[in-house]
Amino acid sequence: MSNETYTLFATLLMQGFAGLSLFSVLLLMALGLAIIFGQMGVINMAHGEFMTIGAYTTYLISTFAETHGFLGESFFLSLIAAFGVAFAAGYLLEIVLIRRLYKRPLYTLLATWGVSLVMQQVFRQAFGAREVSPALPEWLSGSYQPATGIDLPVSGLMLLVLMLVVTFGVWLLMYRSRWGIQVRATTQNRTIAGAVGINTKRVDRLTFALGCGLAGIAGAAFTTIASTGPTAGGLYIVDTFLVVVFGGAASLFGTIASAFSIAQAQSVLEFLMTGSMAKVLTLVTVVLILMMRPEGLFSLKVRK
Amino acid sequence: MANLKQFLTGLTRGRADLRNVALLAAVILVALPLTLDIFRLNLVGKYLTFAFVAVGLVLCWGYGGILSLGQGIFFGLGGYCMAMFLKLEASDPVSTAIQSTPGIPDFMDWNQLKALPWFWEPFHSLPFTLLAVLVLPTLFAYLIGVTMFKRRVGGVYFAIITQAIALILTVLIVGQQGLIGGINGITDLKTLLGWDIRTNSARYILYYVNAALLLGAILLGRWMLSTKFGLLLVALRDKEERVRFSGYDVADLKIFVFCVAALFSAVGGAMFTLQVGFMSPSFVGIVPSIEMVIFTAVGGRLSLIGAVYGALLVNFGKSYFSESFADLWLYLMGALFIGVVLFLPNGLAGLFREPRQAWLQLRQQAQTWVTRLCPRCLPAGGKSEKGAV
Repeated sequence: MSNETYTLFATLLMQGFAGLSLFSVLLLMALGLAIIFGQMGVINMAHGEFMTIGAYTTYLISTFAETHGFLGESFFLSLIAAFGVAFAAGYLLEIVLIRRLYKRPLYTLLATWGVSLVMQQVFRQAFGAREVSPALPEWLSGSYQPATGIDLPVSGLMLLVLMLVVTFGVWLLMYRSRWGIQVRATTQNRTIAGAVGINTKRVDRLTFALGCGLAGIAGAAFTTIASTGPTAGGLYIVDTFLVVVFGGAASLFGTIASAFSIAQAQSVLEFLMTGSMAKVLTLVTVVLILMMRPEGLFSLKVRK
Repeated sequence: MANLKQFLTGLTRGRADLRNVALLAAVILVALPLTLDIFRLNLVGKYLTFAFVAVGLVLCWGYGGILSLGQGIFFGLGGYCMAMFLKLEASDPVSTAIQSTPGIPDFMDWNQLKALPWFWEPFHSLPFTLLAVLVLPTLFAYLIGVTMFKRRVGGVYFAIITQAIALILTVLIVGQQGLIGGINGITDLKTLLGWDIRTNSARYILYYVNAALLLGAILLGRWMLSTKFGLLLVALRDKEERVRFSGYDVADLKIFVFCVAALFSAVGGAMFTLQVGFMSPSFVGIVPSIEMVIFTAVGGRLSLIGAVYGALLVNFGKSYFSESFADLWLYLMGALFIGVVLFLPNGLAGLFREPRQAWLQLRQQAQTWVTRLCPRCLPAGGKSEKGAV
């Protein structure tokens, strides 16, 4: 292989890897929403803010860990804590607000938008308007060089692994556990599900909280590649919704496929043009495809 | 006035409603101009341009059941069309002589553009611009409507896709600094056919033009709702299948009302540009679009007049609180979203239309909340619990 082709090959490989990292991020963000929106039909516009909760939890823990000298191990602790805090917040929100609105999905949209405004202001007053970045442990900030000229950031690899683990976990939970059967039964027919002895209200609470908890994990993972501000979550909410809708609601595989195609399209296009045009082109394509095929890539049930 | 009578002949609850329109007209045509100085009145004029969007949303969302989260698109398109005309007039070769390419808008010069892009050329003409303000957004709404409603996509999916389109448009405008002004928008607008729009007298005139157009839009909306079309609209909101089985093309009805809402928004956008003197992507994107929905919800999504009060109140609140208690504003706005959804599904208009019923409903809801949160303090009554979210 000549030198030039090798460089080209290395660049393409790294570009592909950047696409994979974006894919991991998008999928982590979308998984929680796929559960909340896809399974429950709740439009949670505050989903991004639950990510931000996870990110700020990570920030707090890493700051604490830095002064107490266990930064290296703190990241795993952060992931668990981010899940826990976001899960608890989601559980609370479901009890206070969401369960009143199951029959009016469009209103959940407005109400949760209100929730997101309140949460943003809470973040702003608690952590300041400026963006913060948690201290990264040393092992996360380096890069991995399998060959000369190929430079893969470890944080990207970690995102990839995390994404695989979380996706597998969600799959196990939704499709291989007793609880998953209960969730899907409740989605398909609430009345009958209740009649066969499923506590549907409890299922609702836990499902919503689980979705929020997953958003928390996504937020924690996100701190490794970007800083966190009070309004950070809101920036991604529409993209996340598009991923879920594009994949086809209520389809885990669809969500994965759509996150993958959107991420790869965007990172390849970014190679060819400016970032904003790449985003515009990707989103336009997604919207056009959705207009042609409103049920999304992999789903049958959408028509209102 | 003859027209007014004609509009009202078909109305069911003519009297009381007519009184409300007259009251609104008195407020915005007489009371506000007399009591406010021109700076504040100009602000009111700006808020009233948002009321166009809210009135459109009452038709489209309140009566038609189609929630569009992308009304900012049409507001923006209308506003940008107007702004492009004014900008071209403001950048004549004489006043832009210091630029390296005189005669093109300043932001193009800053971005090393050498000639006016092709799509700016027709905006030299005012008739074309006015036509574009009306036609372009409506056409865009028609395209969106045809592709979505003909495939029977509605509800949540429609809301998300319109929101995505609003996002796309913002990213596009922000990304195209040289072609359309980027994040700063199109600024420094001065004259309309040589008439300086920044003077006080021009502001008064524009305020009245705007208010008259708004009242016209409300009357048009009322007339539409009083016809068979209005009945069909409500019918399809409540039982879409039955309307379809009765032989009507549901999609066409939806497309039409969505286009009307877009048209109203576009007029609002153009008037915004004229009164405020600039247009920027911050009035196109997701946040303004969803805020316009909340104006409608606060005013009452079934009340054309309520929508105007909603837009005025929320915006007054916004400017008052962000001047005095900036930290509190987002809490208040958030509480407003949640409170309206939970307690006042028909907004302020619901309170006025059926005050007793609304009050009973409110009290009952507040009581259930109190019982749930703290069972022992029930006898204290529930009024104070409204914002306890």
